[in-house]
Amino acid sequence: MDAKGRVLDKYNARVYKNRKEHVLVKATGDQPQVIAANTRVIPGIMTHRGCCYAGCKGVVLAPIKDVAVITHGPIGCGFYSWGTRRNKARPGEDGKNFVEYCLSTDMQEADIVFGGEKKLRQAIKETVEIFDPGMIMVCSTCPVGLIGDDIHAIAAEAEELYNRPVMAFSCEGYKGVSQSGGHHIANNGLIKRVLGTGSGTRIKHAINILGEYNIGGDGWEIGRILKKCGYHVVSVMTGDGSYKEMQEAHTAELNIVQCHRSINYIAEMLKTKFGTDWIKVNFVGAESTAQSLRDMALYFGDQELIDRTEEVIAEEMEEVAADMEYYRTRLKGKTAALYVGGSRAHHYQLLLQDFGIDTILAGYEFAHRDDYEGRDLTAEIKEDADSKNIESITVSPDPEKYHLRLTPEQFEELKTKIPLDTYPGMIRDMKDGAVIVDDLNHFETEEFLKLLKPDIFFSGIKDKYVAQKGGTLSRQLHSYDYSGPYAGFKGAVNFGRDVTMGIYTPAWGFVTPPWKHTPTLVGTYGGDF
Amino acid sequence: MQSMTPKEVSERSGLRVNPCKTCQPVGAMYAALGVHACMPHSHGSQGCCSYHRTYLTRHFKEPAIASSSSFTEGASVFGGGSNLKASVKNIFDIYNPDIIAVHTTCLSETIGDDLKSFILDTPIPDGKYVVHTNTPSYVGSHVTGYANMISGFIKYLSVKTGVSNGKVALIPGFINPGDMREIKKIAKLMNVPFTMLPDTSGVMDAPMTGTYNMYPKGGTTIPDIIGLGDCKKSIGFGEFATTLGLEDLRNKCKVPFVSLPLPIGIANTDAYVMALQEIGASEVPYELEEERGQLVDVILDAHPYFDNKTVAIYGDPDTVLGIAALVLEMGMHPKYLVTGTPGEAFVTRGKDLMAQYGVEDAVIKASADLFEMHQWIKNDKVDLMIGGTHGKTIARAEDIPLVRAGFPVLDRYVHSYIPIVGYRGALALVEKIANALMDRQDRDCADEDLEMVM
Repeated sequence: MDAKGRVLDKYNARVYKNRKEHVLVKATGDQPQVIAANTRVIPGIMTHRGCCYAGCKGVVLAPIKDVAVITHGPIGCGFYSWGTRRNKARPGEDGKNFVEYCLSTDMQEADIVFGGEKKLRQAIKETVEIFDPGMIMVCSTCPVGLIGDDIHAIAAEAEELYNRPVMAFSCEGYKGVSQSGGHHIANNGLIKRVLGTGSGTRIKHAINILGEYNIGGDGWEIGRILKKCGYHVVSVMTGDGSYKEMQEAHTAELNIVQCHRSINYIAEMLKTKFGTDWIKVNFVGAESTAQSLRDMALYFGDQELIDRTEEVIAEEMEEVAADMEYYRTRLKGKTAALYVGGSRAHHYQLLLQDFGIDTILAGYEFAHRDDYEGRDLTAEIKEDADSKNIESITVSPDPEKYHLRLTPEQFEELKTKIPLDTYPGMIRDMKDGAVIVDDLNHFETEEFLKLLKPDIFFSGIKDKYVAQKGGTLSRQLHSYDYSGPYAGFKGAVNFGRDVTMGIYTPAWGFVTPPWKHTPTLVGTYGGDF
Repeated sequence: MQSMTPKEVSERSGLRVNPCKTCQPVGAMYAALGVHACMPHSHGSQGCCSYHRTYLTRHFKEPAIASSSSFTEGASVFGGGSNLKASVKNIFDIYNPDIIAVHTTCLSETIGDDLKSFILDTPIPDGKYVVHTNTPSYVGSHVTGYANMISGFIKYLSVKTGVSNGKVALIPGFINPGDMREIKKIAKLMNVPFTMLPDTSGVMDAPMTGTYNMYPKGGTTIPDIIGLGDCKKSIGFGEFATTLGLEDLRNKCKVPFVSLPLPIGIANTDAYVMALQEIGASEVPYELEEERGQLVDVILDAHPYFDNKTVAIYGDPDTVLGIAALVLEMGMHPKYLVTGTPGEAFVTRGKDLMAQYGVEDAVIKASADLFEMHQWIKNDKVDLMIGGTHGKTIARAEDIPLVRAGFPVLDRYVHSYIPIVGYRGALALVEKIANALMDRQDRDCADEDLEMVM
């Protein structure tokens, strides 16, 4: 029996039937493989997934530093999503930085019984009076949807009253099957009300960075490299982001997509609305970063930019070469398992390759099939009741701002060279025999770790200490264990340093007390004291 | 840092900014982890469970296991009965705990799920248990949820057989495993047999052995929870977190109770020792007298560094009141006592405490938040802050030394192992306070004023 069979064998029939579709062993050859993803979790199974609110407020909206995001609900949801995701931000021109603050309506029993609309109105009023934000967003939590508070009507009313945009997001936790539904809802709101609403015109070599949340300062490091190459970064969605910058998103000539899962809706809609092409990039890993920079330069086809890009790559690679080589000698031949996100489980495999580490298991927490299999799916994704509950909006070309940079012929030609308007998915980059698990749960984590014995398990905080208690080093790829940045050339070195110290830290040698190995009862001969 | 916080305090009735509390279920989850081989189960959407596990893991740096009913929109409309039934089956099949402790969320509470009848309808394997408590997130705080989960265990399990087991029931407030160990240590030194519920020591501070155990050695056992009904007395530590459990045990099993403050500081620990002395009719052993004497000795020795230093203390009500008692004993001057947990008893107790030491200007507020405390500090600064991690932005903005204590502490290690209760715990806290103040003096003074001996 293979690893998949040996782990799943322990399930009861109903759980087995469900889970077997979510686990794959990478087959030899190019035959496309289908995996079940983005389906609901079986009750009672210890999943590591979060909820719609976590995806909408926690991931996509909270990093926008100049927007006051009010959580409408009891206190917990706002509290848990306060300052815990490491989406770093510095105050912008208006001096405001809401990332440090937690704003909530802290609903009480009376608000649930009689409705929370009055309290929300008051909370918006107080937010305006105390903070005077340029934009306000309201995110609802589970009970709000159930009791029927009309947050959209209240937002519209407040917008008029306080003469500034006030947006509402119905991202109740029970919607969808994971954080993913929340990403979509946030994407919808941003495209409807924020992106491209400004008055600027197209700027040469201007780009938007999509799906980069500036965890541990990744976005800043990526921005540094891009500026060095000669790009003008219009906006970042949404790490250290600013709504004012996002309003000018239509002035970019290209959108680059880092986290496909959480932002692909915006990438698509920006293309439809403004004609802006997008390419899938990956700034995790030195080689990947170089490749992404080359893809971008090729998109613009500007020789000066192409040359400058090569100069930057050479310069940056030169700077990190010695460190990379050192960590490679320490890490080569190690094996890794990854369970994280909707993109990171793919991105980090490529960074691990920089150090000669093989990935023997990888899984996404909240991805869809296209994140595994690529956007050109062999079989259509069937909509189920859960995915239908998340609104899918359509946009149409903006009569004034729509502009296609490439002719259809140029587009088709470029598409053969770079990941233009597409993402090939994670499976393609994995080695034969590697295990791929969607929504890897607690039981499967324990079992696969015991069976596959990777040297390191990259995951999140909930399973980190499960792995470590069992003797496998675990590093968090959501928070980087409070280190970073890991993006770009220098980030790769940081990553190599952190993994090396984790594997070689002396305390591993003390896990088993010496008396467990050495006989401590010394025999004595009769009369010998 | 926190540069948008204005100095002028304005009345707020709709907006909570920078809360000093979180919601009930995380407290219920923590209490359930203090029962041996127990799976805490969150009946609601899976995001709650994920957030709570994340938070507990960040505080304790230990795995915090829990499962969820994983509601979708359908369950939210039609009720979560079938989700609970499926959960119970799967949890016993796959994770095989001895007991599942279900708590609700604002979702399942708002739709009115009747957990009692759901559980009655659910097949439970022989020898296994499923209990529940209601923890609506829009009532009280995480401290309330902790109290409710204890109540759930007692209501479902504790039985009075009529034959006393000669033990005392100890119900700790929302404290770290290190604190629970210290409370147990004192009972052992006093030679009083006991059962402690919950007891997260050995669970949320389990040692590294190279083998992961989903159910580590620690935690109150089910027979011991059942046996709580035969205890001759119960002692609760911290009225916010334990009164409910004490009352339940009295109402159900006629166990008389003593409600004590958390044993933080000299007098509060004395009260615990004397309560044990009364129950056990035993002498206080020299070891405890020695610990107490050492604590008093240190406080006397170092008193010039504490005298009249102003302090802001924030966090959970029982913890804040306990720390306030200790700093008053040290000659310090508590200026702000803040909890996010609602309950005017916090203010009453706080005022009584201040009156004992003649402190007249302390601002004491329940249902408050850190934003407001920051505004007070902007208007009238303090020398020291004591509380959880979330105060660090204020400490940085106003350049005030911060001693971390209470829940949650997300940004430091070891804190959950070192007690702040008992004489030994007080000693540890006194050292932290002294170091914070003295390090500050060393940092701020002129070169010529740097003291080699202090």
